[in-house]
Amino acid sequence: MAKATQSQDESFADILPELDYWKIGLSLIITIFFAFFIAPIWTGLVTSLKTSQAVTLTTPFVPPGPEGFTTGNWARAYQNLATGFVNSLIMTVPSTIVSVFLGSTAAYGLTLVDWGDRAQFTVLILFLIGIFIPYQAVLVPLSDFWINIFPLVEILAPVWELSFMQREHARLLSLTITHVVYGIPLCMLLFRGYYLTLSDELVEAAKIDGASIATIYRRIVLPLSKPMIGVVFIYQFTAIWNEFLFSLTLIGSSSSPAATVTLVLSGLGADLSGIDYGLRMAGALFAALPTLIIYALFAEQFAKGLASDA
Amino acid sequence: MESASEADWRARLAAFSKSDFVRSFPFWFVPFSVMALGVYGGIGYNTLISLTDYEGFNQGPDFTQLDFEMYVQAMNDPWVWTTGKNTFVLLIVFTTVTMLLGLFLAIMLDRGIRFKEQIQTIYLLPMALSFVVTAQFWLWMYNVNNGLVNTLLGVVGLGPFNWIGNPDLVLGAVIFALIWQFSGYAMIVFLAGLQSLPDDQFEAAQVDGASILKTYWRVIIPQLKSSSVSAAVVLMIFALKAFTFLFSMFGQYRVPKATDILATLMVREAFKLQNWAYAAAIATILLLMALAVIAPYLHYQHKQGSL
Repeated sequence: MAKATQSQDESFADILPELDYWKIGLSLIITIFFAFFIAPIWTGLVTSLKTSQAVTLTTPFVPPGPEGFTTGNWARAYQNLATGFVNSLIMTVPSTIVSVFLGSTAAYGLTLVDWGDRAQFTVLILFLIGIFIPYQAVLVPLSDFWINIFPLVEILAPVWELSFMQREHARLLSLTITHVVYGIPLCMLLFRGYYLTLSDELVEAAKIDGASIATIYRRIVLPLSKPMIGVVFIYQFTAIWNEFLFSLTLIGSSSSPAATVTLVLSGLGADLSGIDYGLRMAGALFAALPTLIIYALFAEQFAKGLASDA
Repeated sequence: MESASEADWRARLAAFSKSDFVRSFPFWFVPFSVMALGVYGGIGYNTLISLTDYEGFNQGPDFTQLDFEMYVQAMNDPWVWTTGKNTFVLLIVFTTVTMLLGLFLAIMLDRGIRFKEQIQTIYLLPMALSFVVTAQFWLWMYNVNNGLVNTLLGVVGLGPFNWIGNPDLVLGAVIFALIWQFSGYAMIVFLAGLQSLPDDQFEAAQVDGASILKTYWRVIIPQLKSSSVSAAVVLMIFALKAFTFLFSMFGQYRVPKATDILATLMVREAFKLQNWAYAAAIATILLLMALAVIAPYLHYQHKQGSL
C-alpha cells in the first residue's frame, strides 16, 4: 500500500486505524465470498454423507452426527454411475489427445509458417467463429449425420458381434469424434497465443539450416510446446468430461449402455416420490471427481487456460 | 523439345511443391477441414433443413420443396417471443452482474492480500464443475423445506420461498446460480488485465491525492476495456446457449416457462418433439444472435491489432 511507505514517526497513529479498517473490511469481504463460493459444494458434500432421515431433519451445511452418518449414498452412487464413469473416460481421453494434437498442428501452420497473410487471416477467422457458435446451430445436422448419413452404429455392427461391447457403444465413438471436431478451434487458439510468444529466431535459424517444416515442428516446436500442452490438455479434458448437450443428443437415453456419467447423473435418484438428495449429491460429487482431482493438482494451469481463452 | 515456357512452368511447380504453403498444408489443413466440415458444413446443412418441413422419426429430410415457412411459423409463435424475452433478460442480467462481481473480486484480490493463490483457487472452483453437477447442488440449495438458502433467510425471519416452483422467482434463482459459477471466471480475466498494468500508475495517482475509489474509477478501470470486452463476449455467448444447467436442474426438456430460453426451446423441439425443421429454424435465429455478438468483437480485436 502506498501510504505505508510514508515515514513512520509523523503520522503513525493516524494511519494505523485507517489501515486496520481497510484490512478488516477486506478480510471480511474475502471470507464472505469464500463462504459463498464453497457453500453449495460443501452442503452437497455433507448431505451426501447423511441418511435420508438426517437429510430432512438436520441443517443442510452441518456435518452429520454419528447416528445420521452413512456411506450408503456413495455406494449407491458408485453402483449407478460406475459404467457411465468408464464410458466418459473411454470417450474423454482419446478425444482430448486428438483435439490437442490437431489444435497444435493447426496453430503451427497458422503462426510459425508464413504462406500468405490474407489467406492465413481468413483461416484464423473461420477457426475463431468455430469457437463461439452455439452448438444448437449444428445439433440437427449432427444427429442426422450420425443416424442417416454416416450411421456408425450400423457400420460397426459386425464388430460388436465379436466383442464384449454392445451396438450402443458405437454411439460413444460418434461422440468422441464429435468432441474432437468441435474441440479443435479452442485448442488451436490456446496454442496460437503461445506460439506467437515464442521467438522466431529458433525457427528461422532452423530454416536457414535447411530443416523442413515437418522437422521444425517435430524437433523444435513440439518440445517447446510442453508447458502449453499441459494447459490445453487440462482445459480440454475438463470441458469434454463436463459436457452434456452432445451426450444427450447423440446417445439419447441415460439408460443406454453407452451413457456418459453426466447423462446418467441428470436423472439419478429421482422417482415419483421426489428426489433423493443424499444420493443426488453423492452422485454429483462422484461424477465431478476427475475434474476435481485435476483442478486440485493443476489449478494454476486451469486458470491460465481460462484467462488466455479470452 | 521442351519449350522455354514449359520449363519455366515446371520450375515454378517444383518451387511451389517445396514452398512453405504446400509443406505446411498437412499441418493446418487437416484440422481445418475437419473443423470446417463440422462447423460450416453443419451450419449450412442446418439452414437447408430449416427450409424443409422435416419432422418425425429418421426418414431424413425432403429437399424438393424449400420455403421459409418455418421462420414465419417461428415469428408467429408467442412461445418463441416469450423464450426470446427470457433469453434477453438472462443475457443482460447475468452478464452485467457477473462482470461487476468479477471486477470487484479481482480488485479485492489485487490489493496484496495473503493466501491470494488459495483464495483464487476456491473462487474459481465452480468453473471446473459440470453444469450437470452444479445444477444438482443448487437444486438442493433452493429446496423449499430443507435448502440452505431458505435456512439462511429463515435466520433473519424471511421466507421460506419456493425458489424453483414460483414462476416469479425461478429465473432469478437460475441467474443467481449461474453468476455463482461464472464470477470466478470474470475475476480471472480482470486479474490478468490488472496484473498487466504497470504498478507506478496507481502510486502516481495516490501521490496526487486521489482516493483509492477514485483511482480505480478514473485510472485503473478504463484501462481494463479489452479484458471487459473479452469477458463480456464469452459470458453473453454462454447465456445464449445455456441449456445444460436448465435441463439438469429440472431433469427434463420441459423447463418452467419463466426460465425457458431459445436454447432450451430449440433442443426440445428437435429431440423431444422431433420437429427437426422448426428446431433448425430456431437454431438459425440463435446463431444470428451469436454472430451479432461475435462479429463486432472480432472486428474490435482486429482493429486493436490483437488478433
